[in-house]
Amino acid sequence: MFSKSSISRLKVFFLFFFFTILVIFFVYKNIKKNSVYFYSPKQVQNLNNMPSAPVRIGGLVKQGSIKKNNGIYNFIITDLNNDIFVEYKGLLPDLFIEGKSAVVEGYLKDKKSFIARTVLAKHDQNYMPPEIAKMLKVKTENNK
Amino acid sequence: MFEIFRPRVFFNLANSSLFWLKLLFIISLIISLSFALIFSPIDYLQKDTVRIMYVHVPSSWISLFIFLIIGVSSFISLIFRIKIFSVYAKTLAPIGFVFSLISLVSGSLWGYPTWGTWWSWDARLTSMLVLVLIYFIYICTWNLIKNFNTAEKITNIIAIIGLINLPIIKFSVNWWNTLHQPSSITLSSAPTIHVSILAPLLMMFFTLCIFSLIIFLIRYKYEIINFRINKK
Repeated sequence: MFSKSSISRLKVFFLFFFFTILVIFFVYKNIKKNSVYFYSPKQVQNLNNMPSAPVRIGGLVKQGSIKKNNGIYNFIITDLNNDIFVEYKGLLPDLFIEGKSAVVEGYLKDKKSFIARTVLAKHDQNYMPPEIAKMLKVKTENNK
Repeated sequence: MFEIFRPRVFFNLANSSLFWLKLLFIISLIISLSFALIFSPIDYLQKDTVRIMYVHVPSSWISLFIFLIIGVSSFISLIFRIKIFSVYAKTLAPIGFVFSLISLVSGSLWGYPTWGTWWSWDARLTSMLVLVLIYFIYICTWNLIKNFNTAEKITNIIAIIGLINLPIIKFSVNWWNTLHQPSSITLSSAPTIHVSILAPLLMMFFTLCIFSLIIFLIRYKYEIINFRINKK
């Protein structure tokens, strides 16, 4: 069906293809180890030495933890087991809501406290009209 | 079956179908835009910002899909020396480039009110920027190298290498922690978008697909004439 030259080109192609896949596999494994966009609170607890460079931490904003005094916000980022106390001075994004996820960027003071430079709200993959959201909320509260 | 890939047959098909495609596009645009902007409800958290998604998501899908076609055509052209597939790839490139730019810009406009930032170097955003750059290099190579045969080979190789980026974009939200949310519409489970928001999204996707097809056919007529003239 294919001409001889096509088949020889195909062979060369697959040889290159195989090696490229191999290289990418190793690069990918390395990147996955070394580059993290954000740490989870659990990963912070497992850190051996405190990073001096700014880091990002992502997790849920704990229910009822947002407090404001003198323009400084205090809240807790949690993965439901480990809590990190965050201090932040500035404006919060609209979608920064208790019980939803957020990413904070700044410096770790120690394993329990964090000074945020930037606060980013993370949106999840759920989209629905407000009426449906209200209905779902009533449903889950009834189940409790 | 392969008759359709012959330039003359395809050219005539393009000519005869363009009018009907344009008509279909206008009707579909009116319906999907009125659903996207007026009839669809607001999101419970994002409010009206959710409407940016009706442009953002279809543009991203189309830009990825077009690059997939460019990659596969380049493969066929490079290995089996069927030149017409390079013409297809060359024709599609600017369309995909524009859609990938729309995706980045609209995503940025959505990101500022939602996340609180225009741009962040997370895996999804960075890999999408890489796609834009690959498109840019691909188009530049076609324009800078005047000899068709040389340009064809180099762009084919660029496109095939660029294919590697596609699974990285698709799965970046699963492989890494990203600021960008994971996919709402997956093959394995039910979509996490309510049907009243999902329907306008799919309509807009259909409309923009028709739009891409129209631009492709118009550009194809130009590129194939160009190709024929240069061959002589």
